[in-house]
Parts: sequence; structure tokens; C-alpha cells
Amino acid sequence: MFAQLLHPDVIIGILATGVRLATPFLLAALGEMFAQRSGVYNLGVEGVMMMGAFSGFWVTLTTGSPWLGVLAALLIGAVMGLLMAFISVTLQAEQGISGIGLYMFGWGLAGFLFRLLVGYVTSVDGFHDIPLPGLSRIPVLGTVFFDHNWMVYFSYLLIPITWYILFKTTWGLKVRAVGVTPEAADTLGVSVARIRYTCVIIGSMLAGMAGAFLTLGHTNMYADNITAGRGFIAVALVYFGRWTPLGIAGGALLFSTVDALQLWIQVLGIDIPYEFPVMAPYVLTIIVLALVSGRIWQPAALGRPFDREG
Amino acid sequence: MILVLAVIGALLVGAFLLVIAGANPIVAYRAMLVGPFSSRYGLTETLVKTTPLLLVALGIIIAFRSGILNIGAEGQMMIGALCGTAFALAFPNLHGAILLPATILVSFLGGAFWGGIPGWLKAKLNVNEILSTIMLNSIAWQLMIYFLRGPMIDPKERSYGTGVPQTQQLPHQVWLGRLLPRTRLHWGIIIAIGLAVLVYIFLWRTSLGYKMRAVGAQKEAARYAGMPVERLLVLAMALSGGFAGMAGMIEVLGIHHRLMDGISAGYGFSGIVAALFGQLHPLGAIPASFLFGALMLGADMMQRAVAIPAAIVFTIQGLVVLFVVGTDIFIRRPDFAQRLFRRRRPAARKEGA
Repeated sequence: MFAQLLHPDVIIGILATGVRLATPFLLAALGEMFAQRSGVYNLGVEGVMMMGAFSGFWVTLTTGSPWLGVLAALLIGAVMGLLMAFISVTLQAEQGISGIGLYMFGWGLAGFLFRLLVGYVTSVDGFHDIPLPGLSRIPVLGTVFFDHNWMVYFSYLLIPITWYILFKTTWGLKVRAVGVTPEAADTLGVSVARIRYTCVIIGSMLAGMAGAFLTLGHTNMYADNITAGRGFIAVALVYFGRWTPLGIAGGALLFSTVDALQLWIQVLGIDIPYEFPVMAPYVLTIIVLALVSGRIWQPAALGRPFDREG
Repeated sequence: MILVLAVIGALLVGAFLLVIAGANPIVAYRAMLVGPFSSRYGLTETLVKTTPLLLVALGIIIAFRSGILNIGAEGQMMIGALCGTAFALAFPNLHGAILLPATILVSFLGGAFWGGIPGWLKAKLNVNEILSTIMLNSIAWQLMIYFLRGPMIDPKERSYGTGVPQTQQLPHQVWLGRLLPRTRLHWGIIIAIGLAVLVYIFLWRTSLGYKMRAVGAQKEAARYAGMPVERLLVLAMALSGGFAGMAGMIEVLGIHHRLMDGISAGYGFSGIVAALFGQLHPLGAIPASFLFGALMLGADMMQRAVAIPAAIVFTIQGLVVLFVVGTDIFIRRPDFAQRLFRRRRPAARKEGA
């Protein structure tokens, strides 16, 4: 019964969907990488993504411009990142629980605002695919890689960009230092708080953008729980990718391909209960975490608040 | 005191949201805060919601006190209710005096199994328990839907062709009795309060409970003292999941009398809020669960009164969590408030500190 999956057109379709669906994982996980590299563990990504998804959708619905929608998602992400940074950096709160609080806040608020401001299922005119001239004509590869909207291209560009920032700039060095030995960084005159605020806010903005991708670059509509745990998976991807952009990209593609596969299994109407393919990414997350968590290295100060006065 | 401020703070932010939403916050909050306490219906329904909240919160407390964060109560509720329901349906002819406790026990074991998985993953493989429990929530939900649509669907749904994903009614002898006629208030609340006292005794008056709290307070010290840290972590998560499993089953036994989608209704997350708000103390969780039960009911009432979506209650609970963990430092460090508002001193001062 899985023979349909082996049809060439279906395989190309799955791969193209996989490449596209890596975008929310890439955006959110590369953002979270900065937060965690600086020592802050932001578990609220899912909530920020929900708010990004809703605000992007709603602004596009009311103004007709998906660009304003993305802008709104970035702004909402920045505000929620500021909140998270204030609680976890300035107020030195337990980061696991405050992340759950941020998740509940964002998740509830998105659902609340949707019922209040929209209240019915409708679609918006999101971003259109931009086939890259020349490249998109290549057989197979063209469809798989070079026929997507700009957010997809942008998310892949972020892989080398974040790598460069993190490993080749002074600021990136400071971020890594703050995440490993904040005391030493502080002694050398680096403002631990400022670096952490910046990283959490950047991460949260990218999470908001990841949410906006779901409503403006993928489904073109908003639905309850549209993020479906992708924000949490993105946090897991940071572990999986060992806090490096390339590792995270590999994980993002692995997960998005599984995601694409389960969507196609549903679309093709293959006769297995749909619950099982839907479960696949979550089961995979647990397996992957079990495989990588035993290894030792992680930013030493991850999850540990820094207090200058001890 | 700080806790009261946390709720007031959260409600103020909520009021701000209501104003943006174009609703009159006073009318809305009157419906929300007075409604639950102003009638027999309101009070009993508040207690109905208190029951699963308290049971979940007790499980959360056991886990948090042992130093492991259980965010998976939603899934554990579903698996517990699924196992218990399957058991009760499999033995419809047993006497209630046997079937009822056995059903609750099975639900406890189901939840304990589902909670034990992340506990084991944490203890053996150092898997972050927050992420694994969140994933297990999604998996549990899909599993439950699968059983409710497939193997366990009410035969009537199948023959009528309606296909609502729910099981058939449980045998009458396992239904929990009602405490008051013409209300939905059932024995579950008594069970939950009784268990709260037991959890208190367990954590503070038995050596096993003491060891679990020791692991939570100072893991390495506990290990050094020869305590089996890994085993205690798994046990804590299993107990925690067991309580959530019972919470799910008691919802079935006391209210719906059958398993259906939506059984957890967010209690798994609200229970975390109640546990934190109750200062992670089993007896503190009783009033805290009552408060958040009232808040949940009040949100439903507000939805009817001013057409404000009840989803705002999740938002307010999230804010309460943020306020509670955010203000914790003012309790831990009494001098923190002064430091926060004092002008930043030059870095040089730190040399002497």
C-alpha cells in the first residue's frame, strides 16, 4: 500500500515539501541557538510562534500586505523576547518554568485574539513562490530546491549567516563566552545582561517569523494549534544540532522530511489510521533526544542566571 | 503576599487585554470573579473543576519537589483514562466495590507508565524531561484519538454512522456518586483532598518522601549520601504521572461516564499553575486549585456574559506563571528590590565584593 509513495512525482513532491517545511524549524531553531548559546533556555518558542502566526495572519488579513504581516510577527516576537529576557535575565527566574509560562501566555492569547478579531476560517493572500531564474528549470532539483517563496530562501541563507556571526565575529565570540563562563566575560568588560537580552530577543523575533511562515508562506490561513509543537521541536533541534548552525540545519531537514512524508501519507489517502503518521515527528524527537543527550558538551552556563553580585 | 500581587498583576494585564478587545473589564471581571461564588451552580461547578486540577497539581508537586519538571500531565491524563476505561469496559459484570477501585488503580498505572518513560529517559540518558513530556502529550493525544475512532468506539456510533470519537458508557456500578442532587458535584473532590493529605504525609513524614525531596534540593549531595538518585527520579515521574492518570479517570467516572476527546481540557497545564501557586505544597494546592477552578469556570461565564473568548484564561494563567517565577527572587533575596532600582554602580566596585 506504500507503493504510491515510490512514484517519482510523489518523491519529488515529498522532497519539495520537506525543503519548504524546514523553514519554520530553521528560523525558530537558529534563533533559539543564539539564546541558548548565551546561556538562556527559552522554552516559550512555541507560544511566540503561535503569536507570530496569528499576528502575521491578522495584519495581512486587515491590510492586505503580507510584508506588514511579517513585520508584525517580528515586532510581537521582539516584545515577547523582551518579556522573557526580563524575567530570566533581570529577575533570574527558573527558565524551564518561565518558558512554559510564556508558552501558555502566547498560545492562549493567539487563540483568544483569533476568536475575538476574526472568529471564522478564512484564507489570506500570502507570499507567492519565486522560481529562481535558471535554477528552477533544472529537472527535479529545480522543483525541490528553487521554487519556493522568499522566506524559504531566507531561512537557508541564515545557516551561513548565523554560522559567520557566531564563530567569526567579535560579537559571536562574546555570545559564546557569556554562555560558558559569564563570570569571566563579565570581568573582561562584556555586559552579560546586554548580550543575553539581545540573543533572546533575536531568537524570539525569528520564532515569530517562523510562526508567520506557517500562516503566510505555507497554509495561507490560521487555525488553532497551527504550530502543532514545532516550537518545542525547534528547541530539541538545538540539542540535536549541538548548538551549531550546520547541525541544526541537518536536524531541521530530517524533521521536515518526516513532516512532509506524514502529510503526503494523509494526502494520498494511504490506508493506515492517520494518527500514526501524525505521531511520527514527536516520536522521532524523543528518539533523537535519547540518542544525542548522553554526549557531554553544552554551553556550561545554559539555564543558569548570572548575578553580578553573587 | 507576593502571590496575591502576582494574581492581581495578571488580572490587570488581562483587563488591559479586555479593554483592547473592546469589552468592559469591570463587567467582564464581575462575571468572572463573582459568578463562580454567587450560586449553588457556581460553587459546585468550581469544585467539579477543582478536582482534576488538584489531582494533577499533586502529581506535579511530587515531580517538582524531586527536581524533575513534569509538563506531561495532559498526556498522562489521557493514557490513564484510556487504560482505566478499557479496563472497566472489559469487566462490566464485576461488583462496583471491586471494579471501581481497580479501575482507578489501572488508570494510575497507565499514567505512571506514561510518566515513567520521560523519568527513565531523564535518569538513564539525560533527556530533557520538559521536551520529552511535551512530545509525549502529542503522542498520547493521537493514541487516544486512534482508540476512540477505532477499536474502542461506541458500537452505537458505528451503527448510526455518526462516528463521534467516544467509547460506550461505563457500567453504572463504577460511576462516582453525586454529593449533591441536581449538581455535577461528585465524590472525586473528597478523594482528591484525601490524597492531598496523603501526599503531604508521604513527602514530609516518610523516609522515601524525604529522599525524593533531598534529590530535588541537592541532587549531587543526595547521590553522595548514597541515595539511588536515578531510581528516585523515575519513581517521582511515575507517581506524578499516576496522579494525572487518576485525574483523567475520575473525570470519566464522575462526569462523562465515558471517554471522549477533550478529557484533559487543559487541566494538565492549569495543574502546573495551581501547583506553583500553592507553593509546591500539597495542602497549599487545595486552595490554589479551587482558585484556578473558579477562574476557569469564571472564564466560561464571562464568555457567556460579554462574549469574550474563554481562551483568555490560558493567557491569564500563563501570566500568573510568569509573575510567580518572576517575583520569586524577591522572596529568595530580600535585598533584590533595592538592588534592582539602585543606579548601576561602576564595575570597579565589584573588586571589593
